[in-house]
Amino acid sequence: MSLSGPQQVAINENLRISEPELIVAEIRAARAQESRRFRLVFGLTWGILIGLLVGSLFAAGKIDVAFLAEWGPYILGGIPITIVVSIFSIAAAIVFAVLGALGRLSIRAPIYAVATLYVSLVRGTPLIVQILFIFLALPQIIPATAGIPVIILAIFALAFNYGAYMTEIFRAGIQAVPRGQIEASGALGMTDSQTMRRVILPQAIRIVIPAIGNEFIAMIKDSALVSLMTVQELLWRAQRVGQSNFRSLETLLLAALVYWSLTIVFSIVQDRLEKRMAESDRRI
Amino acid sequence: MPGPTTPIHDPFATPGALTPTGAEPMVRLEKLEKFFGSNHVLRGCTLEVYPRETICLIGRSGSGKSTLLRCTNFLEEPTVGSVEVDGLRIEADPLHARDKDHREKIRQIRQRAQMVFQEFNLFPHMKVIDNLIEGPVQVKRVSKDEAIATAEKYLHKVGLMDKRDEYPARLSGGQKQRVAIARALTMEPKVLLFDEPTSALDPTLVGEVIMVMEELAHEGSTMIVVTHEMQFAREAADRVYFIEEGTFVEAGAPEEVLDHPQDERTRRFLSRLLSSGAAVQR
Repeated sequence: MSLSGPQQVAINENLRISEPELIVAEIRAARAQESRRFRLVFGLTWGILIGLLVGSLFAAGKIDVAFLAEWGPYILGGIPITIVVSIFSIAAAIVFAVLGALGRLSIRAPIYAVATLYVSLVRGTPLIVQILFIFLALPQIIPATAGIPVIILAIFALAFNYGAYMTEIFRAGIQAVPRGQIEASGALGMTDSQTMRRVILPQAIRIVIPAIGNEFIAMIKDSALVSLMTVQELLWRAQRVGQSNFRSLETLLLAALVYWSLTIVFSIVQDRLEKRMAESDRRI
Repeated sequence: MPGPTTPIHDPFATPGALTPTGAEPMVRLEKLEKFFGSNHVLRGCTLEVYPRETICLIGRSGSGKSTLLRCTNFLEEPTVGSVEVDGLRIEADPLHARDKDHREKIRQIRQRAQMVFQEFNLFPHMKVIDNLIEGPVQVKRVSKDEAIATAEKYLHKVGLMDKRDEYPARLSGGQKQRVAIARALTMEPKVLLFDEPTSALDPTLVGEVIMVMEELAHEGSTMIVVTHEMQFAREAADRVYFIEEGTFVEAGAPEEVLDHPQDERTRRFLSRLLSSGAAVQR
């Protein structure tokens, strides 16, 4: 938007816009245009690259479209199961993590020992081993567990694992609450457990919410491992259909695209949530 | 460790103007000593505060005045000595500081002696009104309605009824500190402990907090105030104690200590305070 000298003066007089204000408006318009163009090119580049990748597979005749049309809906039917497993697992993992963090901060040796043992054991062994152990080995120890629905075992396995990792997140969050807060509630006469419940934890949870969001996105991907427990989630369906029809390319490609989309969607949700929280922090 | 049966008396203590005749001291600190590691911060402080008195503790930073105040409600466990508030007495017992009955006694003392902090320490996740009722509801088990009524009374007193449903972050420093004072008052304590309540404030906001504190002092609240505000000490204090290296060097009526200091160390402190401008009149 470039105006010649005389015109500019005329506008200034009509709208009572001072020259600096006009310059600021021009700069703003230019920036907005720049950012629109950036987003356009960004989107196009993504589209072209993905199109080339998938398109070339289709073009080479490697993808059986009719097969996908037939079995796609069945595979996609695993999405709700994947999401439900992830949500329940992260919720249960938060419970494990809070307990783990309280244990790691305890001055009582047995409690501290249990918490550190839990974190060490879980972090020191592969998630896939833990999942197989709970699915295959646990019924040998406790036969009654054989009767528990696999989806419950799956949620327990994921939560137990993530809880150990998130223990450290919660411990850091609890320690990030300013000392003055503990002194203030102590000075009111509150007990240590009241202080923890009423003052420290509510503030610690606010501190760790962004980190929980990251863990949830990781959880969506790791939930694929519970296909080993025959939970009929996304990957289990893709595998089953793919292997029995010798069409693993199509089914795994579909599963991968769905996981990818889910992580993108939840990243955007998390982003929005964080922005809203930042706003309410300004309020708080 | 059994304490002495007859109390050691504060040589400076004289009942204040508002103290009812024959009243026993509300607060009695006896021979308090505090070590931080090998650092000997308090070296035997004895202090008696009568009901309806305001006492100011002054001294350089690091002299031990805040530590003495924080020993009074056991935010710091004294190494040696005893604390008595409203007839409830606790011997310092650092070896058994975590014992259940010791903690319970400390909670009793804390309900009687409410503290106002330099950094306000309001709970940021609670509205002003919820900050105020937290103590009464959780600690004193007062019903929520009753606690709200009390809280509103004191919010009104500090002039912040219109901020009842705001979050602390929306308040200025002076307003935060007035809310913190109301929070302490809502516990209806026997004595108020102020730990440099205006030191974290923008100079233009000091006045509103001092005004509330002066009102409380003149109404006969029992107060122990650690402060650098000499004007407040002059206006409101019954006695001023000057503390240096963990001992009381000098104490007495504010006009004696502030205008005619007897001790060289008091004189040096006051002249330095005047020249640094920290004692600027409001």
